[in-house]
Amino acid sequence: MSDIVLDFNNVSKLYSLRSVGAGTLSDDLKRWWQMRVKKEEDPFELLGEENIRSKKGNTNFVWALKDVSFQVRQGEVVGIMGQNGSGKSTLLKILSHITTPTRGYIGIKGRVASLLEVGTGFHPDLTGRENIFMNGTILGMSHNDIKRRFDEIVDFAGIDRYIDTPVKRYSSGMTVRLGFSIATFLLPEILVVDEVLAVGDMAFKKKAINKMLSISQDEGRTVLFVTHSTRNMQLLCSRGIVLDSGHMKYDGDIRSAVRKYLSEYAISNGYNDEALPLNTQYVGIDGDPAIIALTRAVLSSTSTNDGAFENSSPIELEFDVVIGRQMDEIVIGFNIYSQYDSPLARADYNDINQIKTLSPGKYRFCFVIPPYTLAPGSYKIVFDIQERHVARQTTENSNLMFDVVSGIDNFGNVFPRVSQRKSSLIHENWVVGMERIE
Amino acid sequence: MAKSIDEFTQWDSVIVPKRVWFDLDLKALWSYRDLIKMFVRRNLVALYKHTVLGPFWYVLQSLLTILIYMFIFGGLAGLGTEGVPKPLFYMSGILMWNYFNDCFSATNNFLVTNANLFGKVYFPRLVLPISSALSSLGRMSVQFMLFLVIYFWCISIDAAIYPNWTLLLFPVYFVMLALFGISWGLLVTSFTYKYRDLQILITYFLQLLMYATPIVYPLEVIPEKYRLFISLNPLSPLFDAFKYGWLGTSNFSWLSLGYSFLCMMVFLIVSLLIFNRVEQNYMDTV
Repeated sequence: MSDIVLDFNNVSKLYSLRSVGAGTLSDDLKRWWQMRVKKEEDPFELLGEENIRSKKGNTNFVWALKDVSFQVRQGEVVGIMGQNGSGKSTLLKILSHITTPTRGYIGIKGRVASLLEVGTGFHPDLTGRENIFMNGTILGMSHNDIKRRFDEIVDFAGIDRYIDTPVKRYSSGMTVRLGFSIATFLLPEILVVDEVLAVGDMAFKKKAINKMLSISQDEGRTVLFVTHSTRNMQLLCSRGIVLDSGHMKYDGDIRSAVRKYLSEYAISNGYNDEALPLNTQYVGIDGDPAIIALTRAVLSSTSTNDGAFENSSPIELEFDVVIGRQMDEIVIGFNIYSQYDSPLARADYNDINQIKTLSPGKYRFCFVIPPYTLAPGSYKIVFDIQERHVARQTTENSNLMFDVVSGIDNFGNVFPRVSQRKSSLIHENWVVGMERIE
Repeated sequence: MAKSIDEFTQWDSVIVPKRVWFDLDLKALWSYRDLIKMFVRRNLVALYKHTVLGPFWYVLQSLLTILIYMFIFGGLAGLGTEGVPKPLFYMSGILMWNYFNDCFSATNNFLVTNANLFGKVYFPRLVLPISSALSSLGRMSVQFMLFLVIYFWCISIDAAIYPNWTLLLFPVYFVMLALFGISWGLLVTSFTYKYRDLQILITYFLQLLMYATPIVYPLEVIPEKYRLFISLNPLSPLFDAFKYGWLGTSNFSWLSLGYSFLCMMVFLIVSLLIFNRVEQNYMDTV
């Protein structure tokens, strides 16, 4: 059993939201008086609230992290995921010595090197060569280390021709490639990476991921990763930790962690990269919107890349419909439109079983668009919910739009299959489930 | 919740909420000496890269300042310079004041101007003021050359200059100037990173300080009743001692130098303690 190299112990961090310090000078003095002289607890700590994004909050203090505890063993590659605001970057900042925790402590064995941003410390007037030394030294490499690996660094970044030009002349792509390249040749025992795999074009991204794979697998280092790409995370990590509003909600193997993250925290607020919000509009024919209505819709996938769905994985659409009264014939379905507003495909709740109507209540529908069905591009989902010939709700100006990109291993082919419907290209048997929830 | 010291010894390092006041970690600074060297090089290179004349500008600056002082203080205000040729007198003051100013200005807002860097990567933050003090020696040495040129020119025209052995102490004065600059800079930045309006006052204080130091005048021309204030300025003895060693004028007093040294130690210790406390969490509120 390998050693524990990182021990997070009840790490908590309180932030003040006011613009100057902990408020004004008088606030600071008040705090000092109560803490030092009267020996009480920090009055502002007691006020701190949880960092829940949807609530506005009552005080000016927020717990960005609360009682986060876990241990990391040598050689583990841990992925940390959570929505924006869950405390991931704060945790990494504390681990990187940039700020201190309000409570708790972190025990570290070995050296920690952090990659929180590429190109830290680059000086625009210095050449690429000089900046390699500058940046490398800032990150903690010794001069000799840098000299020895200089050629590898330049080669990886692909800027051999420009190594003696001032960095201010580089394109943004070159800068990030150089920054990333320097950082990957660091030799720390513990590496902390925050969202830097999103840089560069596709070719470079591939190189970067392969390099990170070799670092974490072959060289046996301990790595902590934060990234929004659940696909990269599953590829690189063995263990996953889910943070939500400053609390650690899950700690286990990477697949379960990703599933938990996507199912609960990706949807809880209705907003994130993978679950898109719905913008509904009533187009009532007889003016009564309450008889049948769409109340919620969420699109998700287990394989995303910067907010786009990779078509190597299925795409799930889940939505809720409320039926107000008994109707003779209802239509509950949706169309997929291309970015040029041409209809491509359609699916209805009764594609499989031909039921004509449902009794009043609230229903949840689940559809799955199979893998390799949609070619890379932008699409829009437009719902069509109606009591046939009576009242209708569509989401004509839907903002349930999403992008599809090819998974890293395939070439973006679409496999159209013939359908019986006149307006669609693809045969749809996408209904997965329908259940009554109220 | 409190852990005993034994539980902590298994770790190479522990990140805790509040460091002890006195934990200055000078060892860490030494291990980062490569980085200090890097920053010094970067500062020096960045200074020269864009200018055509390079270091010559420092010479020009000093000459212009001397001319202005000669005109205004020597001419209009009629302040004597104790028999020493005016250019030489002013140059000694300019040389020392510029170096002090460089060290102070590099430090006095460095937490704010480098917030970007400090927010992304960790290294002991004192690395920056130290490397500024070292790279400012570049500018200082150029001006020192000019000083020597004026000095030997004055000697060749038989001016009333009487150097003595104490001139060998002058490197000590510069070290003290650097430490004054850094410690006052640390104090200022520790207070003004949060309450930034105070920075506006700093320019005025600096000007006031310059006039409270015997740079454009010898101590003798100050009326008796105000002389005490000038003498309270811990920088004054350094300027006086420099002039005494090289030129033979002004005063040299071990007592005043001792006072200066004492002030420096006090300011250094206080500023380091306060800075140490501030720098841990300043990223949260900068």
